[in-house]
Amino acid sequence: MSDPMRIRAQAQGEKTTVRVLVSHEMESGQRKDAAGKTVPAWFIQNISATHNGKTVMNAQWGPAVSKNPFLQFAFKGGKAGDKVAVSWVDNKGDKRTDEAVIS
Amino acid sequence: MRWNLLGLTAVCLLPLSVAAQKSTAEGIAEYRAMLADGNPAELYEARGEALWKQARGPKNAPLTQCDLGKGPGVVKGAFVELPRYFSDTGRVQDLESRLLTCMETLQGFSAEAIAKTPFGRDEQKNIESLVAYISGESRGMKFNLPQAHAQEKLMYAVGKQVFYQRGGPYDFSCASCHGEDNKRVRLQDLPNLTKNPGAGDGFGAWPAYRVSSGDLWGMQRRLNDCYRQQRFPFPGYASDATIALGVFMGVNGKGGVSTAPALKR
Repeated sequence: MSDPMRIRAQAQGEKTTVRVLVSHEMESGQRKDAAGKTVPAWFIQNISATHNGKTVMNAQWGPAVSKNPFLQFAFKGGKAGDKVAVSWVDNKGDKRTDEAVIS
Repeated sequence: MRWNLLGLTAVCLLPLSVAAQKSTAEGIAEYRAMLADGNPAELYEARGEALWKQARGPKNAPLTQCDLGKGPGVVKGAFVELPRYFSDTGRVQDLESRLLTCMETLQGFSAEAIAKTPFGRDEQKNIESLVAYISGESRGMKFNLPQAHAQEKLMYAVGKQVFYQRGGPYDFSCASCHGEDNKRVRLQDLPNLTKNPGAGDGFGAWPAYRVSSGDLWGMQRRLNDCYRQQRFPFPGYASDATIALGVFMGVNGKGGVSTAPALKR
């Protein structure tokens, strides 16, 4: 099972800034293990965020994104107390959703 | 005219090269600041806190009764007073060797088997999360290692001995790189671990998330890498030699502020 994301969301005026730390191996598929066998690719393919149920960010990721990636984005609107949810799906079909309250 | 031109180029070149030198160290500081906002060590801290409270091992028990030196279950402030003498085991222990004791007595794991496990695997991986959590609970506190017990004083003397002992194919000691100010490896400034601020900054930054390996490293793994770079055999996980080095660095860093778990390149 995957570990939870760390999500911080802060509203400032019209803009809400969201900072997400994702726990994921993000294996590129280019590396070889000690025995010389290719380590199979394993990475997040899609990551999206919703604010009160409405999608505010959607991104397609590939194998070039680092291990344990950090993601920051901003959207218009959002008040303190609102909920922001971030979800990802990786190439093995694993998925995870975590939620945070805007401060 | 020709001389004038030459003089002019010399004047122009000088400030440029000074600026370039400055920007290297500044560049690294800037890179660290950018990454610090999303230090993945936080993920390990969260995982470590869950592991601390989770009932695990053959005895199916949590670590919440583990005594890290400030009484059973007290985590806050424990890290800045380690390594220290523990009367139940009769030896000076650092954070990782103490965790091995707790995992053996409380949870029923074999400390010997964990010590032999390669870094980053199985229970070693769990220890890395645990040290991230425990050190994080003392973030911003000042190092104050006890030196009252005779064993603690002895370990300081042994650590000093190990720190200055030269050997191996390069005739290196820890002090070759970390015994003077203003040394570096390639672009990395090296802390002088014999006194503050270097000892506090250097010792107080581990455990840390190492971006280049994508892992959280405890002090034991960090020391293992020091020995690897010296082409020395590692004295062994949680061995007395490595604990003594911890005492030496920690006591030298007294009053320094702990930033662990920090972020390293």
